[in-house]
Amino acid sequence: MYRYDEFDHALVQDRVTQFRRQVERRMKGEISEEQFRPLRLMNGLYLQLHAYMLRVAIPYGTLDSRQMRKLAYIARRYDKGYGHFTTRQNIQYNWPKLEETPDILAELAEVEMHAIQTSGNCIRNVTSDQYAGAAKNEIEDPRIWCEIARQWSTLHPEFSFLPRKFKIAITGCENDRAAVKVHDIGMIMKRGAAGEVGFEVLVGGGLGRTPFVGKTIREFLPKEHFLSYMEAILRVYNQLGRRDNKYKARIKVTLHETGKEEFTRLVEEEWEAIKDSTLKLPKEEVDRIAAHFHPPAWKALPNDAPTCDSRAASDPEFAAWLRHNVEEHKTAGYAIVNISVKPPGEPPGDVTDVPMEAMAEMADAYSFSELRVTHVQNVTLPHVEKEQLPALFDDLAKHGLATANVGLVSDIICCPGLDYCALANARSIPVAQELTKRYTLERQQEIGDMQIKISGCINACGHHHVGNIGILGVDRKGEEHYQVQLGGSASEDASLGKIIGRGFTQDEVIEVVDKLLDTYLELREGEEAFIDTYRRVGMNPFKERVYGTA
Amino acid sequence: MTQIVIANYLGSGRVVFLAKGSGNGSVSWGELIDTAEVATDEDRATALLALAEADVAERNVVMDPYLIDVEEEGGSLRPTKYREAIRALGPTVRQDLGKQAEGAEA
Repeated sequence: MYRYDEFDHALVQDRVTQFRRQVERRMKGEISEEQFRPLRLMNGLYLQLHAYMLRVAIPYGTLDSRQMRKLAYIARRYDKGYGHFTTRQNIQYNWPKLEETPDILAELAEVEMHAIQTSGNCIRNVTSDQYAGAAKNEIEDPRIWCEIARQWSTLHPEFSFLPRKFKIAITGCENDRAAVKVHDIGMIMKRGAAGEVGFEVLVGGGLGRTPFVGKTIREFLPKEHFLSYMEAILRVYNQLGRRDNKYKARIKVTLHETGKEEFTRLVEEEWEAIKDSTLKLPKEEVDRIAAHFHPPAWKALPNDAPTCDSRAASDPEFAAWLRHNVEEHKTAGYAIVNISVKPPGEPPGDVTDVPMEAMAEMADAYSFSELRVTHVQNVTLPHVEKEQLPALFDDLAKHGLATANVGLVSDIICCPGLDYCALANARSIPVAQELTKRYTLERQQEIGDMQIKISGCINACGHHHVGNIGILGVDRKGEEHYQVQLGGSASEDASLGKIIGRGFTQDEVIEVVDKLLDTYLELREGEEAFIDTYRRVGMNPFKERVYGTA
Repeated sequence: MTQIVIANYLGSGRVVFLAKGSGNGSVSWGELIDTAEVATDEDRATALLALAEADVAERNVVMDPYLIDVEEEGGSLRPTKYREAIRALGPTVRQDLGKQAEGAEA
């Protein structure tokens, strides 16, 4: 993985020193809260419902065991023993003290991490596929390009005060595990006509109060133009993006109001002017970054795994875990292991210090010390020998980390909601907790692939628009209420859900999910997934079951 | 109407309430809602908020003060809006955290 050079170290250390002084000045009253707010936000420090909240970037979701241990230590030493993994591959601490935040940032800097650009109208943490470097059908490791984007976008003087925040996601294969199509810029690696590698470029995806699936503005971008094309997009957005209305300031609205054709023309025009400038990536520079992402020293192994197969034949729990949490690796004899950090009844994304340290231990023992955090708020060990899977499963089980529910009903994306968030209108976690307790694993496996996503407000941090079943918490006359949407998907077949009808109380919405699942099981054909049944039969059968009328 | 002033401590970020006795030449802040100074009319509420805002500028120990509606229930104060009730007590999903874990009651 990428290791900081002297410039990275200096930049992050300087920022810690700078923020320490800013905090001192704030504590002494030399600067007001109004003056301090943008400074703390530039360092990921928010003021939430109960206390400050610090958002720390996990660049493109990749971290090593040393970094995971540091996250656990910070949770224990400076917070209340836990952190919350977010849908943008960050971790949030819910209870840091202002005076101690510079110390936290200094601790993070020791392990090459920071909270820079995790807030504000700038380019945020670039996110990616948690299977990067391990996915079977990957063209190239997308983290090389994520790291190039990180270096380009960090403290970029032209793009530090954009009309609004800006999110980029990059994937290295056709399977979208990074919700690329609902990002401001989505880059999907593909091959050109002659087999050369480049990207399909999507712009204007996003959720929030005005959701859009991104639109392809370039079918194929040769990879040496990766930066110049992004720069052109950002320049057009920086000029056209609305600054008069924050609700219309994201690039998705700019694209919508300008029109895809005109927006694309403007980007291409800008790009023509800069594409052969210093932004054109020299091969040596790409190679320098790529060297950081050389694959680990995989052994030459047979793909057969008799120990694993034999355990699976005799242990149904292990077999279920293999089926749902383990994926094919691109190298023979290895597997990708998804650790569900969503046991029944627990808040999705919340992980305490002890399991964090346990996962770091397991990364050392089984996965070349590498971990990934995923946009669905789980953790991945990317390179595990197949023959080690039974031992890993046993270790995970000891720490309550072997729940075989990845991709199932209880693998819910959920924002912190009104239990923590100052912007939320309703609680989201209690709904998730109730749903995760409601269905046995056997029932969940019978239902199959399912993405339930829950947000506590229209900002949609819980991605409800792209849930197969999406749940949005709203405030209706002073009471928490929940709207239900059906038919969303964040995958390569991205789509936005449609509202089924009037909303529900918290108790009712749980019953509604029951009815939706029952309807699906009655209507599905063969192995059809919920989303495919919905797309085939439409909204009406579900609506009839829920309301008694279509 | 019954209102109290809610704010955050600058250093810890913790939620605090303008405490009983504030207004007679002194200002203090309490961490539990039942320690709050209560205003039962608009003039008193406005005066309490002004006192809190002046304290922000003068002593720099709290920030973002504002008024919330409360009602008395069994001898305890309770915000009428659920957002403020959660803010006053702590996350409903972690009863071991926040003020609810420190003696405040719903």
